[in-house]
Amino acid sequence: MSTPPRPTQQKFEPWTDANAKPYVRIEKVTKKFGDFVAVDEVTLDIYKKEIFCLLGASGCGKTTLLRMLAGFERPTSGKIYIDGVDVTSNPPYERPVNMMFQSYAVFPHMTVEQNVAFGLKQEGVAKAEIAKRVGDMLELVRLGQFAKRKPHQLSGGQRQRVALARALVKKPKLLLLDEPLAALDKKLREHTQFELINIQETLGVTFIVVTHDQEEAMTLSTRIGLMNHGEIIQVGTPSEMYEYPASRFAAEFIGSVNMFEGRLIEDEPSYVRIESDDLDAPIYVDHGVSSAPGATVWAAIRPEKITITREQPADADNWTSATVQDIAYMGDVSIYLLRLRSGKVVRVTQPNVSRKTEDRVTWEERVFVQWDAASPVVVTK
Amino acid sequence: MRGLLKRLGVRGRNAVTAVPYLWLIVFFLIPFAIVLKISFSSTQIAMPPYEPLLHWTGEKLLQIKLNLGNFAFLVEDNLYWMAYLNSIKVAAISTIICLLIGYPIAYAIARSNPSTRNILMLLVVLPFWTSFLLRVYAWIGILKNNGLLNNFLISIGLIDQPIQMLQTDFAVYVGIVYSYLPFMILPLYANLEKMDLTLLEAAADLGCKPWQSFYKVTLPLSWPGIIAGCLLVFIPAVGEFVIPSLLGDPGMLMIGKVLWTEFFNNRDWPVASAVAIALLLFLVIPIMFFQRAQDAEAGGGVHRP
Repeated sequence: MSTPPRPTQQKFEPWTDANAKPYVRIEKVTKKFGDFVAVDEVTLDIYKKEIFCLLGASGCGKTTLLRMLAGFERPTSGKIYIDGVDVTSNPPYERPVNMMFQSYAVFPHMTVEQNVAFGLKQEGVAKAEIAKRVGDMLELVRLGQFAKRKPHQLSGGQRQRVALARALVKKPKLLLLDEPLAALDKKLREHTQFELINIQETLGVTFIVVTHDQEEAMTLSTRIGLMNHGEIIQVGTPSEMYEYPASRFAAEFIGSVNMFEGRLIEDEPSYVRIESDDLDAPIYVDHGVSSAPGATVWAAIRPEKITITREQPADADNWTSATVQDIAYMGDVSIYLLRLRSGKVVRVTQPNVSRKTEDRVTWEERVFVQWDAASPVVVTK
Repeated sequence: MRGLLKRLGVRGRNAVTAVPYLWLIVFFLIPFAIVLKISFSSTQIAMPPYEPLLHWTGEKLLQIKLNLGNFAFLVEDNLYWMAYLNSIKVAAISTIICLLIGYPIAYAIARSNPSTRNILMLLVVLPFWTSFLLRVYAWIGILKNNGLLNNFLISIGLIDQPIQMLQTDFAVYVGIVYSYLPFMILPLYANLEKMDLTLLEAAADLGCKPWQSFYKVTLPLSWPGIIAGCLLVFIPAVGEFVIPSLLGDPGMLMIGKVLWTEFFNNRDWPVASAVAIALLLFLVIPIMFFQRAQDAEAGGGVHRP
């Protein structure tokens, strides 16, 4: 899992500034469909020029939350403010918000140009200005030469850009994107991700993106809101979400992780020691945990933060013996699946630094794995 | 055997497509050719009541006698013009009324709950399970002076005297609209039902109030359905004979009735055939429009995700 650096040079972290005013404020919003609670008391602050990703599995309520921001659904309770204005009960056509639909919803009976001009005509913008803004927008999404085409003459990626241009040309305060890249193939998706970020930075529009794809969320977003069963589980920057997951769910949803269940045997403000039935040695973590001694906790260790050695480590903590069960050679890295005594399988990724292959561990070899005291994240739920 | 069939160009695929072609040739093209032939003939009191077109004169001379007089007669006599124009007027007004009633019905069914949709569609086609003639006769019972409708209006005290409804243009419109309404609803429903509803959300998102979304998105996307429905009502309504003769004023000029009179009362087969041919030409033009609309749709005019 890699997170390419965002092109912005300056640090952009308005959520750390206590004086910054949130641009979009979702306040205790609940949405029920009959007995089913789709969104459960969600409170979120999103700042100007953010790309905020709502991440979660299908059915977690992220799309319902997005549709409430667009105005297609009314919250059962709670309030939504955009730029300080309460828009909770405004219909979609009276909100300073535009949406890019998952199916793109490009009007099939209009040309590309007419599609993009649609919202401006509706606003009653002067003809000359419409022509200029539509032209500029089509240039920005590189659809200039397709202006006169009908949607059925376009590819999926081009239709996606029509949908984007159509939403952006209205200069919305907030752009909502529902699975913007889901319908594109892998190559095009990667390319489009960076294009989206560039366009967002050129125009300075605030984006809220719904996605089930954690990789997409990691690449696009300034912050991620992880959702499950209608609730926000954790909010944070991509690296916070990856390095400091607050729960097992968060750790397992984003990236891959090795989760060791254990008991707290030593609990000090500066360190903890955890004993796990799966491991030969205790886990020593160099930060404190707020939990009762003897309580069940989980230590989450990312596969790339574990190393494989042939010699038994001399340390008292943070290692265990294992047998190589499977190796997947990916080129840049290799993924090792190691079987512990308990039968639990540990996933380890190692960069292939050297081109030599003879010296590497091989199938069914007995090895040891170890990690840093700083590597495990201890979660209590 | 197989080789022989192959040499004759009879393959499995051709044999299958031959069936509809054969059907059309035997039951459409040949009858049309016969009618066309008769339209160029002249009447005579005989069996059949028209002169043959082809004559063997002498030994090796084939004489073809084309009589264009029938068509000239249609043009000269105002009766036919009036009948054609009146038929088109009646059919056009009926089509518009069908559209105005049928569109909201089709729209409501298409947007209704999927489980009730099929029941509603069944109700639309249910009248077809009774004979067409019977249903038109039923309207006589409803519209006549001491019929259901007049008796009802008198009983609630809205009128004292029965209104003459039967044998008026009103009755003809009621009959045609009633009989052909399903032909308007069916294609409109098929069109509206497959429409992608997120397009309406997109329109709302881009600033359209609901009626604007309808006018700018739903209506243009349902054009093919509107055209199909209108032609399915208009074409048969132009040649309609049963409804005007049962419900309408006996003096009402409709081309279907004129044709009937020429054929059965006057026994003038050639003129009747000429009337039929001219009517066909009147109808071919709308059919061509229909074809073009269909082609436009097949060409991708309608969004298929």
